[in-house]
Amino acid sequence: MATTIDTIYTIWLREIKRFLKSKSRILGTGGQPLIWLAIVGVGFGSAIGVLAGGVSYITFMAPGIIGMTILFSSIFAGINVIYDKQFGFMKEILVAPVSRVGIVLGKIAGSATVSLISAITVLVIVILVGIIPVSSLTVAGLIEAVVFMVLTAAIFVSVGLVIATSINNMEGFQVIINFFILPLFFLSGALFPLTDAPLWMKAVSAVDPLRYGVDGMRGALIGTAAASYPLALDFVIILGVAVVLIAVADFAFRRMQAK
Amino acid sequence: MDQPDGKYSIVVEHLVKKFGSFTAVNDVSFKVKEGEIFGLLGPNGAGKTTTISILSTIVNLTSGKASIYGRDVVHEKDAVRNLIGIVFQDPSLDDELTGRENLDIHARLYGVKGKAKLEAIDRVLKLVELDDKANIQVRAYSGGMKRRLEIARGFIHDPKVLFLDEPTIGLDPQTRRKIWDYILHLNEREKVTIILTTHYMEEADELCDRIAIIDHGKIIKVDTSEKLKDSLGGDVIKIGTNKPKELVALVKKKKIAVSAMEHDGTVEITAKDGSKALPRIIEFAKGAKIDIEYSTLKRPTLEDVFISLTGKEIRDEQASGADQMKQKWRARGR
Ligand SMILES: Nc1ncnc2c1ncn2[C@@H]1O[C@H](COP(=O)(O)OP(=O)(O)OP(=O)(O)O)[C@@H](O)[C@H]1O
Ligand SMILES: [Mg+2]
Repeated sequence: MATTIDTIYTIWLREIKRFLKSKSRILGTGGQPLIWLAIVGVGFGSAIGVLAGGVSYITFMAPGIIGMTILFSSIFAGINVIYDKQFGFMKEILVAPVSRVGIVLGKIAGSATVSLISAITVLVIVILVGIIPVSSLTVAGLIEAVVFMVLTAAIFVSVGLVIATSINNMEGFQVIINFFILPLFFLSGALFPLTDAPLWMKAVSAVDPLRYGVDGMRGALIGTAAASYPLALDFVIILGVAVVLIAVADFAFRRMQAK
Repeated sequence: MDQPDGKYSIVVEHLVKKFGSFTAVNDVSFKVKEGEIFGLLGPNGAGKTTTISILSTIVNLTSGKASIYGRDVVHEKDAVRNLIGIVFQDPSLDDELTGRENLDIHARLYGVKGKAKLEAIDRVLKLVELDDKANIQVRAYSGGMKRRLEIARGFIHDPKVLFLDEPTIGLDPQTRRKIWDYILHLNEREKVTIILTTHYMEEADELCDRIAIIDHGKIIKVDTSEKLKDSLGGDVIKIGTNKPKELVALVKKKKIAVSAMEHDGTVEITAKDGSKALPRIIEFAKGAKIDIEYSTLKRPTLEDVFISLTGKEIRDEQASGADQMKQKWRARGR
């Protein structure tokens, strides 16, 4: 029998193979964030200028766009589950003598890896064109940033999976995701600092996990002066949310009957 | 613990499955012998797929008991999953991946590793004659190639029991025959017990050692194809004649047949051994000066058995409509 590790690896491998075969997905996940940076970053940047702490707007926004990359590509990982249900491959997986948690963790690992590839691509480009100055980077900071990327990806992949287990068609999934995704994005502080935001907005953004992911990346890549919370707090919160949501995804997956 | 139930590989007792208030499987019991090809023959909606889904642990039963080699399908799911292979009625391949990649994923999920894995993949690819197409995306396969790949995948891990849910639905006659050959080969050479569902009479006839006729979630009768046909009393002889009433009386008097009656001017006779009875009837008719215009002799088909047991044809208007729909859906999915 396959061990849980074998199962995770197998499911992970399949996600990666599928991603590498799909050129549109590769281009889409890398291209969209760069368009945002070019248009919103440059446009708002010229209107807003330099923010508190001496950070230019486009630099402030760069970790936010990496967060966006992870949010969008992770949450749409749920599409793969719906695809598997519709095209029957889910039955092939569910009838195998493998642990259910292995299937879930494999799915999460595979989709999170794909998100991570996109996010790191954006990060490299952002560094290469000088949006994030090399002077503010440290090895420790880069490692911390990747840790935040991984956890953020795990969170939103899990959210996508949970939604996908209870929905059977692409359209329904898109509707639900589109409803949630923009508030999650705008309230995360990815595009604008929330320091001067009204109290209600601060309150709502406090429950947006992306907030802590983006804040952590900002602290790790640009410096703690640009972040709202201490790095350690961001880390503890994001780790806790990731663990809870992975558990929820596992539960949702077990409950799902293969269609 | 390998074979607590003697020579049976599958034991199903009073199986019931309800979807809400609708009963899809209604108190079904049967036993499949080791090494047997066992068929579930029934029209659309009879409950064939539901039964298979329960036995393969994909759907939970409502009540009753079922086990594979003594392993309970509810309480020992992993043990059961380890013993079985399945080809689903609907497509279940990853068509973004190649044929070989699909088999590779499957082998890994069943713990087949390293050299054994590579050998198993090559072996099954050769058997279903897809070795030259193994490295192209499944998306570019024809329907028949996909079905063959699914069958190959179903037994890559040497299952003891193989479930085939309508293995040849929507395929052309040549492909169908080929798939039948693979199935027979698997059963003979690899000693796999096979349970297959179908609503094709020829398929059940050709492949199955025993056939369970299922309708409205109930098993009506289980037996070999020959015995099912024999249960109708014998062969059907139809004779066109100028004196049908006299011929019926004559056949009855001479006790040649099980039954004889006039039907729209022709005489319909059921006789145990039709090919011997027919010449005798013709001889007696000659002696009695009854002219015989024509005669036909037909061995009863499973279709006749089905009609006599359920009072309807297996492929009525409604069913063939649903069948077409399914094929369309299949064409889309494949
Ligand atoms: N998930 C479900 N929810 C509700 N009803 C269902 C479900 N699955 C099957 N049924 C119903 O149960 C009955 C039996 O379905 P099943 O798929 O087992 O039939 P079948 O014999 O395989 O038919 P076919 O030849 O069309 O494949 C049908 O009336 C079907 O509509
Ligand atoms: Mg069916």
